[in-house]
Amino acid sequence: MKQTLDYSKLGRQTRKTITEMVIAAGRGHVGSAFSIVETLLVLYESILQVDPKNPHWADRDRLILSKGHGCLALYPILSGLGFFPKEELLKYCKPDGILGGHPEHQKIPGVEASTGALGHGLSIGIGMALAARMNRRDYGVYVIIGDGECDEGSIWEGALSASKHKLSNLTVIVDYNKQQSYGDVSEVLPLEPFADKWRAFGFETLEAHMDHPKELEDILKRPRGTSPRVVITHTIKGKGISFIEKNLSWHHKGKLTPLEIENIFNELEI
Amino acid sequence: MRKRCLDAVYRLAKKNKDIIFIGSDLGVGVMDHFKKEMPEQWFMEGVCEQHIIGMAAGLAMTGKTVYFNTIATFITRRCLEQNIIDLGLSNVKVRLLGSGGGLVYAPLGPTHLATEDITLMRAIPNMTIVAPCDAEEMERAMMASERLPGPLYMRIAKGGEAVVSKPEQGFELGKAIVHQEAGDLLFVTTGVMLSRALEAAQALEKEGISTGILHAHTIKPFDARTFLAQASKAKVVISLEEHTLAGGLGSIVAEVMAENSFKRTPLLKRLGIPDVFPDKYGSQNSLLEHYGLSAPLIAEQARRLLSKRPPKAVNS
Repeated sequence: MKQTLDYSKLGRQTRKTITEMVIAAGRGHVGSAFSIVETLLVLYESILQVDPKNPHWADRDRLILSKGHGCLALYPILSGLGFFPKEELLKYCKPDGILGGHPEHQKIPGVEASTGALGHGLSIGIGMALAARMNRRDYGVYVIIGDGECDEGSIWEGALSASKHKLSNLTVIVDYNKQQSYGDVSEVLPLEPFADKWRAFGFETLEAHMDHPKELEDILKRPRGTSPRVVITHTIKGKGISFIEKNLSWHHKGKLTPLEIENIFNELEI
Repeated sequence: MRKRCLDAVYRLAKKNKDIIFIGSDLGVGVMDHFKKEMPEQWFMEGVCEQHIIGMAAGLAMTGKTVYFNTIATFITRRCLEQNIIDLGLSNVKVRLLGSGGGLVYAPLGPTHLATEDITLMRAIPNMTIVAPCDAEEMERAMMASERLPGPLYMRIAKGGEAVVSKPEQGFELGKAIVHQEAGDLLFVTTGVMLSRALEAAQALEKEGISTGILHAHTIKPFDARTFLAQASKAKVVISLEEHTLAGGLGSIVAEVMAENSFKRTPLLKRLGIPDVFPDKYGSQNSLLEHYGLSAPLIAEQARRLLSKRPPKAVNS
């Protein structure tokens, strides 16, 4: 039996690599990436059936990071699994690298769709889920969307469609950290009653608190019903570093100061 | 023309189960036979064009070839970002079938007029753009589309147009058709403007004005080589399009001419829709005439321009 994963340790390691990438590139969506580290770890370590040696394996599960600006969390995990060499990580945003500030599936093994413009990934995932049904394949499609991304009308167009087609092979995971670029979601464009909205759109609606990543793991391992599923993950923007958590100036960060770097690494050593 | 286009999708789908049709909220009964015979390959998804483009891209990324039909403005203007990112950047086999390209929906006003669709779509890398002149050419274009590896925008005209294309001319994506060899004058057309050019040429020929016609059914990639071979023989080149002059066929012709040298550069006139929102309703034909795009007005422009152009120098 697989040993219980130490998400805390994996999370610290991932954040350390992210920090090294931001130092190398002098920029990155730090807060948005830290917010989804545990979500991605749960998916790639416990749920998704993927094969780094054969990234186009027809029966693989598909994960689309629709909130493409969170890609700093995705890259170290994909690299760790062996989708591409670790050397690429420090070439993030560099002219000769494959890893951009938003992920492109044409360039990066393991990335399923090019995202960054918000509100695209869910519809692409719906197409992939429909194709699975047509091709009699039983892979799952997982789409991670941001809470700010839910401002986009196309998300709700997709929600209507997923429900119409009863896409029980589709899972939407909302990174609900309750902050977007300018401010609190509740002020910029309120989403509440959020879970009720998804229920009203015909989704099996579940919630997970990402302080306990096992909650998400357990939910995703449950048997599927007959409708699409959404998991609203309660997260913290900038999670893992005290002075970055809920601090909007870290939504997108430029060059880090020596003191910031020292403090981040100090906290990650704990 | 739309019927022939959709009939072609049906025929393609019949022989290949990986061919998918998606409509938005089309007229009642449209493609019912397709739905009945191939329900797994048929979708009517509602008035959510942006979602449909993404869904089509997702299907195409999983090995399907997707044909999506709705009104041209909604497929181009509204979904521009999806067209660029989900189709162009991903370079997937999605075919956008835009009904009512140009001034077809004249009575419905500017919200429904697709007069800048070519400009928008030609700015997308990997996108092929085709505007057939009649139903027969539409049929040939659709059959040719099956093999295209990337995305395609097909501009569909009103329907019921006189058939002016000829089967023996064949159809190859990206290859313009020389309807008549260039003389003093060369018309360059796309879409249904070919029929206006033919009519204008007939009148001009009677007056002794030798007139060539090059039909660019594929606007992107534009067949610059064939165009240059024809244009180099002419004194005057007139581009004809049912489209704004800002960025369409005339702009492409101007770009090609500006970047190539001629022994004797022909005079270029671009005829199309000026940079305005049409302020009249009426019909497609009445609006075309309003913008100088009827055959008699096109012929008149040609006479005026040729009278300005001095005779070709011998051995030049």
